[in-house]
Amino acid sequence: MTNFSNGRSGSRRRSFLKPTEDPLWLKLLLGAVTIGFIAILLLLPLALVFKEALAGGLGGFWKSITEPDALASVRLSLIAAAIAVPLNTVFGIAAAWAIAKYDFRGKTFLVTLIDLPFSVSPVVAGLIYVLVFGMQGWLGPTLADHDIHILFALPGIVLVTVFVTFPFVARELIPLMVDQGRDEEEAAATLGATGFQTFLRVTLPNIKWGLLYGILLCNARALGEFGAVSVVSGHIRGVTNTMPLHVQLLYDNYDYAGAFTVAALLAMLALVTLALKSLLEWRYADELAAAHRH
Amino acid sequence: MSAIGLKLFPLRSRHVLPGFRLSLGFTLFYLAGIVLVPLLALLIRPVELGFGGFADAISTPRVLASLRLSFGTALAAAVIDSGFGLIIAWVLVRYRFPGKGLLDAVIDLPFALPTAVAGIALSTLYAPNGWVGSLLAEYGIRVAYTPWGVLVAMVFIALPFTVRTVQPVMAELGLEVEEAAATLGATRIQTIARVVIPMLGPAVLTGMAMAFARAAGEYGSIIFIAGNIPAVSEIAPLLIVTKLEQYDYAGASAIGVVMLAASFVMLLALNGLQSWAAKRR
Amino acid sequence: MKRVLSLLVAAGIFTATTAQADVTLLNVSYDPTRELYKDLGAAFAAEYKADKITINTSNGGSGAQARAVIDGLQADVLTLALAADIDAVSKNAGVLPADWQKRLPQNSAPYTSTIVFLVRKGNPWKIKDWNDLVKPGIQVVTPNPKTSGGARWAYLAAWAFAEKTPGGSDQKAKDFVGNLYKHVPVLDTGARGSTVTFTKRGIGDVLLSWENEAHLALKESPGQYEIVYPSRSILAEPPVAVVDKNVDRHKTSAAAEAFVKFLYTPAAQEIEARDFYRPRNQEILAKYKGQFPTIPLATVDGDFGGWAKAQSTHFGDGGVFDQIYQPGK
Repeated sequence: MTNFSNGRSGSRRRSFLKPTEDPLWLKLLLGAVTIGFIAILLLLPLALVFKEALAGGLGGFWKSITEPDALASVRLSLIAAAIAVPLNTVFGIAAAWAIAKYDFRGKTFLVTLIDLPFSVSPVVAGLIYVLVFGMQGWLGPTLADHDIHILFALPGIVLVTVFVTFPFVARELIPLMVDQGRDEEEAAATLGATGFQTFLRVTLPNIKWGLLYGILLCNARALGEFGAVSVVSGHIRGVTNTMPLHVQLLYDNYDYAGAFTVAALLAMLALVTLALKSLLEWRYADELAAAHRH
Repeated sequence: MSAIGLKLFPLRSRHVLPGFRLSLGFTLFYLAGIVLVPLLALLIRPVELGFGGFADAISTPRVLASLRLSFGTALAAAVIDSGFGLIIAWVLVRYRFPGKGLLDAVIDLPFALPTAVAGIALSTLYAPNGWVGSLLAEYGIRVAYTPWGVLVAMVFIALPFTVRTVQPVMAELGLEVEEAAATLGATRIQTIARVVIPMLGPAVLTGMAMAFARAAGEYGSIIFIAGNIPAVSEIAPLLIVTKLEQYDYAGASAIGVVMLAASFVMLLALNGLQSWAAKRR
Repeated sequence: MKRVLSLLVAAGIFTATTAQADVTLLNVSYDPTRELYKDLGAAFAAEYKADKITINTSNGGSGAQARAVIDGLQADVLTLALAADIDAVSKNAGVLPADWQKRLPQNSAPYTSTIVFLVRKGNPWKIKDWNDLVKPGIQVVTPNPKTSGGARWAYLAAWAFAEKTPGGSDQKAKDFVGNLYKHVPVLDTGARGSTVTFTKRGIGDVLLSWENEAHLALKESPGQYEIVYPSRSILAEPPVAVVDKNVDRHKTSAAAEAFVKFLYTPAAQEIEARDFYRPRNQEILAKYKGQFPTIPLATVDGDFGGWAKAQSTHFGDGGVFDQIYQPGK
């Protein structure tokens, strides 16, 4: 890893240093800082998760993973993501379409509001749904009369997941679709295509990789959310514990091997996300918006 | 809501493209249902306290300490991450070396890794008997279960935001200015310090603001490592949960309103930064 | 929103029907009973013939759990740390009658417990009794009495100790307990959180713990901790109750009633004793007497005028605890 050379110059002659190339000592210093910082801050925790998960061998790992409550938490997390991600995808497309293809006043403010959930603390996200759907809140008593339960059940978990992953697809698509303008769509419309046809045949092919990218990030966050779900879950073992909550439960139950096993499963999902994300960035860099990073 | 509704009428009465009403209508409906109405529930809850009660609820020593910890440490983490983010982005953009793609990909780990996983991993790592904690313990430094633990967790979760905002801007910088500076006799260090870094200013600030917003609201990874000692290492989001569990809805909401106001201010600041950056390009 | 809701509701119904081919009870319990109710639930499921029973459990600080039920958590059975928390559910949510505690024998508490000290190996600070906890430099770990039941029992035990010490008075007890909480660096929401703080995080010199939780910590990490029985403590009676309105709605009344009655049977009492809870059944208690030393125990009814009074005097808003515990000052 010490063999740093300038990515732009391509010249490796040491006698003649281009003016835009850093001296070797600086390259080594910055390279070492980067690698050291990433290794200690990011890779060490990751390594620890897998080491602790495999402390009981592969057999122990398998046993912890196939334990019914662990499986239930996996199932719940997948269901919550499977509802939240499509909802936010539809929303993201609608919002990006409205913002990119038409002119109206208050657009900037609308974009700010769409971004809002991103900077709201997850705990606040949970709290607001307690205030709306709790028995001490706005709708709780009315809903309970009709035997509808939002809090401490799947709907509440889905709602907070929708909230915390709210902007992900929209943020990805808005700059992308603004960039692409509206000429192609307007041409299609002039030629008699319906709105839906225009979207399907003209817009979608242009945004598909950006859309996928947004869905990927949205899904990662949906599977991993902890704080907001923790507030509304009720922590019923095997019923309303998502994977991250199950990690905490096992950790508090002195079952460190079990906690790290579920943690390792989540870490693997995170690695898959990173791999797919890198693949998309590498393969379809041009089709992703320039300002696409979360 | 009505104020926004009034503002959002189209400038042109007719659009070539169909679907304006449908797409904007759905967007506003969904935004209101998922985000705005629930947030309204938060905003009006502390009303039952009255203004004096609200001020009292957020000015107890414990609440103030938690707000100071959350925002102060988040600021420190954002500054640290901005420094390292600048270095990491520089290395990733300007140098070529084996394994660079992998290094680049791994930057987003804190974003993709669920916070609870980060929490148990970091607290195990930095506990007095952990890999890093045991080394630090020899020098009498305790990280886990102290405010330093909060800082470590925040530095961890906020790193991608600083790297990822600086990196694309850095990649677009032309080399001409640097060449010119060198021609005029500036050393390489002078060029970087006086020419390159100032050009990255808006991006660095944007990244710092995003890192700050994320770190200040963070809950999952911190509660495992902080020790959660009231008035010492108890973050504001945890105090919200504690108040909620104590049946103190108004108190919890009061802290929530403060956190929400802070995030809204950060968003507006970010918007300002972005338009500033756009103008400078 | 309607569209979202209907989707969500549809999903909810889907999961509910797949999981509900049999009778499912939700037991909302206090923090340290995670292991106990896992064992008891399995035993009950094996014994109960009318339906195929699944018992789901949620654990947390007793007060926090009561708050969740008040907020709509659909508990069929409440097994909390103290009567005041079930009183709060009855009063604020109206899902069970105010006289719930008279419906089962012995104050509706199938087992009892008490508060003990857990110290580090070798007892380096020579902690023997409540007096030793307020010596300079000693750090005491106990949960938040606002959310935890065990913490409230511990608080009352300390209070009773100070009051019954020769020359003791209400004011002296208040001073003693106030001083005690100055030695507390961290208040977790539940008993298990405090145990993790003391054991895993290495914070504090002594943990004020449920007797059962202390024994479990010994079992989990042998040789690292010791249990100290103070000169006097308190008789903790964690009660159980069926949540009438919820079981009516869920049509789980028969199973829930059978479950709480089961907790008094010899088979269940044996499991409780094995998990270090003091069984009511005298024969089984005698069999396990080695692990349950006899010390003088104060009672809430005898020494504090019952839970309703103790709760409002000590733990209500602006109560004694609020007066003595002000972190950051």
